[in-house]
Amino acid sequence: MGPVTAPAPLEIEKTESAEEASAVPEPDLPWVTIVHNDPVNLMSYVTYVFQTYFGYPKDKATKLMMDVHNKGRAVVSSGTREEMERDVQAMHGYGLWATLQQDRK
Amino acid sequence: MSGQFEPIPGGGAAVALDEVEISIIRSLAVQLLELVGPGPADEDSRDPLAELFAEGPTEPPADPVLRRLFPDAYGDPEGPPSTAQEAEEQRSASSEFRRFTENDLRARKREDALAVVRSLDALTPAGDRGAVLRLGEEESRRWLGALNDLRLAIGARLEVRDEDEADELYRLPDSDPRKPMVMAYLWLGSLQETLVGTLTA
Repeated sequence: MGPVTAPAPLEIEKTESAEEASAVPEPDLPWVTIVHNDPVNLMSYVTYVFQTYFGYPKDKATKLMMDVHNKGRAVVSSGTREEMERDVQAMHGYGLWATLQQDRK
Repeated sequence: MSGQFEPIPGGGAAVALDEVEISIIRSLAVQLLELVGPGPADEDSRDPLAELFAEGPTEPPADPVLRRLFPDAYGDPEGPPSTAQEAEEQRSASSEFRRFTENDLRARKREDALAVVRSLDALTPAGDRGAVLRLGEEESRRWLGALNDLRLAIGARLEVRDEDEADELYRLPDSDPRKPMVMAYLWLGSLQETLVGTLTA
């Protein structure tokens, strides 16, 4: 009897969580990681971090660094909230000033 | 102070340091270690699992240097939240993020600074008490992190908030009490710049 009844609670849980999810609709917007300008971090170092962590080619890494420098900020990656939290954590590890937010555009 | 890392053929970086330079870097790295503080396991050594399960703080540090090293993950520094509800959401998300990440972040910064102290202590000084520091690639990355953390810390202490203020600091008269700190800041910048160069060459 055990194996027969065991799956039942699992199915009920699934249904409940599905209902919960549809009751609170999450707007399907991607999240972004933003790196902010600060006068301390060296331009060469910021470019190095974008190349090393994100694996961006030198041209792209340099352009993003220049955006941070000239515009005060740049979106350096996008994806799920969990992915962006990972990227922000990594940027903080490198000493870059980064935040994540939902892309409102 | 020359402060120029050069690539070692085959990988790694080297720089010649005199006695004073060695002692300045070591002393700054030790201060950084003290500032970052011990990990949860160091405080409770009876339980080896303490570090694994310890949760980090939920509030940003009060010290401006630590706030720069451990910033909030949510919130737009240029545009304050438009509603009280948005402000509360950002505060609460930052707090959760901090709880789960700050201990790891502190550990990394501690390990980088410790690597700097260890490699300086391993130097064999020549007759003039100077020495050539040679770093492998892994050590170079740790040094790069520690040099950056040191510059962030000094920059926050000197209240370097924008490029204009940074430029002003470069022109301080010798009599200014901040001058020695600024000299160290610029010198560490040159070390870091040339070390990045060896890693991207």
